[in-house]
Amino acid sequence: MSQAMLDLLWRSFWETITMTGFSGLISLVAGLPLALILILTDRGGLAENLWINRSLGAVINGFRSVPFIILLVALIPVTRFIVGTSLGTWASIVPLSIAATPYYARIAEVSLREVDRGLIEAARAMGATRWTIIREVLVPEAMPSLVAGFTVTLVTLVGASAMAGAIGAGGLGDLAIRYGYQRFETEIMVAVVAILIVLVSGVQWIGDRLVERLDHRIVKR
Amino acid sequence: MTRHATKFEADVNTQALNIPAQSTKDAQPEAASGDMIVKLSDVRRSFGDTPAIDMVSLSVKRGEILGIIGRSGAGKSTLIRCLNGLERPDSGSIQVEGLEITSLDERRLQPVRRRIGMIFQHFNLLSAKTVEDNIALPLKIEGQSRAQRKKRVAELLELVGLSDKAKHYPAQLSGGQKQRVGIARALAAKPSLLLSDEATSALDPETTRSILALLKDINRQLGLTILLITHEMEVIRRVADRVIVLDRGRIVEEGPVWQVFANPAAETTKSLLQVLTPELPPTLRERLNPASGDDAVVKVQLSGEAARRPFLAELIGARLLHGGIDTVQGEPVGTLFLGIPAHDKAALEKAVQYLKSNADHVEVLGYVSGDA
Ligand SMILES: Nc1ncnc2c1ncn2[C@@H]1O[C@H](COP(=O)(O)OP(=O)(O)OP(=O)(O)O)[C@@H](O)[C@H]1O
Ligand SMILES: [Mg+2]
Repeated sequence: MSQAMLDLLWRSFWETITMTGFSGLISLVAGLPLALILILTDRGGLAENLWINRSLGAVINGFRSVPFIILLVALIPVTRFIVGTSLGTWASIVPLSIAATPYYARIAEVSLREVDRGLIEAARAMGATRWTIIREVLVPEAMPSLVAGFTVTLVTLVGASAMAGAIGAGGLGDLAIRYGYQRFETEIMVAVVAILIVLVSGVQWIGDRLVERLDHRIVKR
Repeated sequence: MTRHATKFEADVNTQALNIPAQSTKDAQPEAASGDMIVKLSDVRRSFGDTPAIDMVSLSVKRGEILGIIGRSGAGKSTLIRCLNGLERPDSGSIQVEGLEITSLDERRLQPVRRRIGMIFQHFNLLSAKTVEDNIALPLKIEGQSRAQRKKRVAELLELVGLSDKAKHYPAQLSGGQKQRVGIARALAAKPSLLLSDEATSALDPETTRSILALLKDINRQLGLTILLITHEMEVIRRVADRVIVLDRGRIVEEGPVWQVFANPAAETTKSLLQVLTPELPPTLRERLNPASGDDAVVKVQLSGEAARRPFLAELIGARLLHGGIDTVQGEPVGTLFLGIPAHDKAALEKAVQYLKSNADHVEVLGYVSGDA
């Protein structure tokens, strides 16, 4: 493989990392609060408000039902407004984040819902405020599951970022399509797939180790 | 039991813990409620059409251990959850330390709840926090500094005998140890009332005894008022001073434990007590003849003063077939099965009359012949 090709692979690798990393971070920061709002405002929740709950649920479902490739195109004006351009790696972070946020919100919602109600009740019985219950009970108790869900989101984003190549975002997926698929350069294709496998396995491995460390529900060794 | 009691007596350091003790009676200006720390009047809570608790009125005295017993679904949990506002009654009044709590919103209930500790059947410890962080949570909620919390947690760990487990996670503890952490956590913020919802139901008999001994010790040493709900009479017998029997949401019986044990009035109480009261051994029951035989088999239930008297000496030829005297709250309570010679009807009648004038309940079950 030529030096130019290696450089191209290296650059594409970092583009994928950038897209996945930033949109992952944004989906975490935005998705977790949305999940908390869904849980708290649900029937029997700590701040029951069915109107907010149902509205937010509908918006999240709306975004989740639009195929990513359509979202990518439909969001071009929004992207241009936020980033200044609708093309390139940074521009792709906008649609990626907007797609990943509701995705992670639903995953995190499930994690938070699985927290034993008895624990929330115990905290209420201690006279804890809502905020204390969120900070000391809900989030820490759901943490292993929240991290596992975030790992799934990141892996999904690695895949989705390939599609962002359609708006010139670059990245490994884009490289594989342009060189491997359209120009039949099998070598590039194989290299990209190998890197993606390593990347996805690495993310999953780190996620799993983190979950293991955070989970104190089972006795270790 | 004695072993455990001594162990924890040694551990309990009342002064260091500085939990409001019995002396609060004089120290604290009391509202109209007087010595009553909790007062319920006509409390009702329904789920759908059926009331879970129905017109319940009761008072809890400062420093007592009040047991509430009833079958599954009797409304015990609903009742105890009303006391710290986890459950809202449909009607009636609930006063805690003289404060009417039924009208308080969630935010204004929080300070009230900080004065009430609660322990649970399934412990409800936070799995993500170590033992010390679990115990420190109520202190954090109160806004105590890290240094204050650390000091208090060390005292509490010592109180429950788990100083060596401070850095462990709940999953690494046995059931009994978890409940000790639960108790330490409930006591952390120096509550004036401890609520216990089936705290020993998930534990084996030995562990149950040690947890109950710990609760009794805390009550004695710190003067803490404890409201304890259970479906086991054994739990009531071991620790409670007074008992309330709940059936389908209503109070059907109430009184000092030893009196209720000696003379249960309600059917529910009697059947709940059945596990503890001795019964005629089946071998003997099978040989029972309703009309005649060598010996009359007499069931005698007695308590208090009567049980202390050497009354057997008065009954010529009588033998103890089965049963014995137990001690409840320091009072003797027992059920005896006596064999009394039945050849002389007059003498038998006299013996039965004598027993009736001394015991709570006397019943001739039948007659047996030959070697009983
Ligand atoms: N949140 C609820 N929704 C509907 N019904 C309820 C609820 N909580 C309790 N009940 C009903 O109220 C009644 C009393 O329940 P409660 O939990 O107080 O009983 P309990 O005496 O604590 O029983 P157990 O010994 O099984 O814990 C039951 O018939 C139960 O089904
Ligand atoms: Mg219950």
